[in-house]
Amino acid sequence: MGYSFNISTFNNVLRELSADYIIYAPVKIFNKGVFSDTDLVTYGQIKTLEDIEFEEKSHFSSKEIFFPITQTLFYFTEDAFSLPKISPKKIIIFCRPCDANGIQRLDQIFLKNGDLMDNYYNELRKKVHLFVLECKYSFDTCFCVSMGANKVDRYSAFIRRAGDTVLCDVSVDFEDRFSKYGTYVNMTPVFIESNDIKVDIPEKIPKSIFYHKLWDEYSERCIACGRCNVVCPTCSCFTMQDIFYEDNPYCGERRRVWASCMIDGFTDMAGGNSFRKNKGERMRFRLLHKIHDFKQKFGSNHHMCVGCGRCSDVCPENISFTACIQKLNQAVQSSDQRGLKS
Amino acid sequence: MLDINNKKLIKNGYRITNKRQITALRIRVPGGSLDVKYFDIIKDIAQKYGNGKVHITTRQGFEIPGIPMAKISEINEIIHPILIGMESEIGVSIHNPKTGYPAAGTRNISACIGNNVCPFANYNTTELSKKIEKLIYPHDFHVKIALTGCPNDCIKAHMQDIGVIGMVLPMYDSNRCIGCQACVKNCQKVATGALTIVNYKVKRDHLRCIGCGECILKCPVLAWTRGEKYYRMVVMGRTGKKNPRIAQTFMEWVDETAILKVIENLYHYIDQFIDRSLPKEHVGYIVDRTGIQVFKDYVLKDVYIGSLSKIANYMSFSGYGHEKSNYF
Repeated sequence: MGYSFNISTFNNVLRELSADYIIYAPVKIFNKGVFSDTDLVTYGQIKTLEDIEFEEKSHFSSKEIFFPITQTLFYFTEDAFSLPKISPKKIIIFCRPCDANGIQRLDQIFLKNGDLMDNYYNELRKKVHLFVLECKYSFDTCFCVSMGANKVDRYSAFIRRAGDTVLCDVSVDFEDRFSKYGTYVNMTPVFIESNDIKVDIPEKIPKSIFYHKLWDEYSERCIACGRCNVVCPTCSCFTMQDIFYEDNPYCGERRRVWASCMIDGFTDMAGGNSFRKNKGERMRFRLLHKIHDFKQKFGSNHHMCVGCGRCSDVCPENISFTACIQKLNQAVQSSDQRGLKS
Repeated sequence: MLDINNKKLIKNGYRITNKRQITALRIRVPGGSLDVKYFDIIKDIAQKYGNGKVHITTRQGFEIPGIPMAKISEINEIIHPILIGMESEIGVSIHNPKTGYPAAGTRNISACIGNNVCPFANYNTTELSKKIEKLIYPHDFHVKIALTGCPNDCIKAHMQDIGVIGMVLPMYDSNRCIGCQACVKNCQKVATGALTIVNYKVKRDHLRCIGCGECILKCPVLAWTRGEKYYRMVVMGRTGKKNPRIAQTFMEWVDETAILKVIENLYHYIDQFIDRSLPKEHVGYIVDRTGIQVFKDYVLKDVYIGSLSKIANYMSFSGYGHEKSNYF
């Protein structure tokens, strides 16, 4: 059902929702950019519509809200353990369609991946309601259309801001809150139908691609910083840390913390073995996971990558993920398989 | 032959050259940042009055050589838009912009390109240059000041009477840290080894930290972010014949207001103790005579010292001498 608001009536809805929900959206934080005197656009808590950054893509995705970077799994003493408390409040996230699709990919990994679901993930995830922000235009690194992640059909609300007017398509769960302050209108969500960047994902990738020389340049270029992983809405890897408190090592906690397949140490094993030592191999692993392995493993109709382009946005070495996909596609398409190393 | 008052000519921004009656004009470019519209004026003077060349000075000014001294008043009229745009408009008091530069003792404030362009810079060096220029120019005391955005010190602030180095207080959110150690390894390799890993998270040793901001630049998750801007002031660096030496840290983790006040106070200190038998004297030699404590008494007057700020109690200068009689 569609409703129309002005800024002040929409803020009434937000104020009412904030009693039961923590509300997150892309926000611009003054002077918190990496470089001096620059701002950072990222997900943060909001109170009003004016707090929301509508014009710029957020640096990070929204995944840290329900998949925290550092999450304590339990605290322990010598013979007992306890679970951390979780806020009773539910969560609303204003996010673009790519991020909404990214959340769906994470659900696949954490909730529909074998017989057991990840309870820690589930506990936070089930609180989350998505208010999808309509994209007015595609950013220069976006390729959501190629990944089929430009559209989203399940949401609690769909939001379009046009100047001082806010139009919302609202699901039944939130109808009463919105109808109280808004006026009824017809509203049909509009999605981005074309990006400047289009990629062709090869359907079948031969195993021989493993040894293709196309990966070699990334061993030279990539610095293994892991920025591509941490900004990715679909990267889900974590590592475990057992902490023994400095003042009393008989107490401590077990945490899980995000991990990155590009950073040194990710494939280190007991005994000192390590897979994918060079960065070209790590690039191959990450790229194939995003545009081949995930889909193959789950038999789903979409790839893991949602085409948000953040990995290209943040790479300090200017490595373009989409350029790498194109190189892969060319390598796969070329029938003579030139470039294969013996 | 023209009757030339050398002292007036020098004070007017011109110099005595190795050719009689021929001078060179120095154009100040505070902070080294110049609107290219002034290139036309510089070019016209060089082509019409000079030898068609310009020397880019080490202090980031332009020196136009080969100018007949007889043309000085004519040239002063031509350069007046530069005096208005580069000096008057940033707040420098220029009595009559059509008579050329009113002083040349306090040298052009040079600066690295700063955070307008450079990812390492911790502040806008161009903007601070303008504030300092407004504070100290025109003045006859021979003072060299340079601003640099970070401790890489690309402008060579360590070779100046006053060098200002940008600092940033790194803020750490341990919940964001993924323990990749990019900051720790980098700090060890390129900075001061101020970071260590304890329980998979990072500890920062504030005494070792030089506020360079490398940890912020290296962090993939923005566990390190920028806190307040601070500055380090290095003083009494100098080149020259007698006893060249590199500047030493006088204060660090101070704010912009403190930097400006100390620079303002420095002129009162010089006025009190300078050896007036010399045409010019670097402030470091004056401090050699008065001692650091007297220097501190003067330059720290009315300076607000923040809780994080550190002021040197002692500075170890060595530089090098030549074991000649003027040394004793």
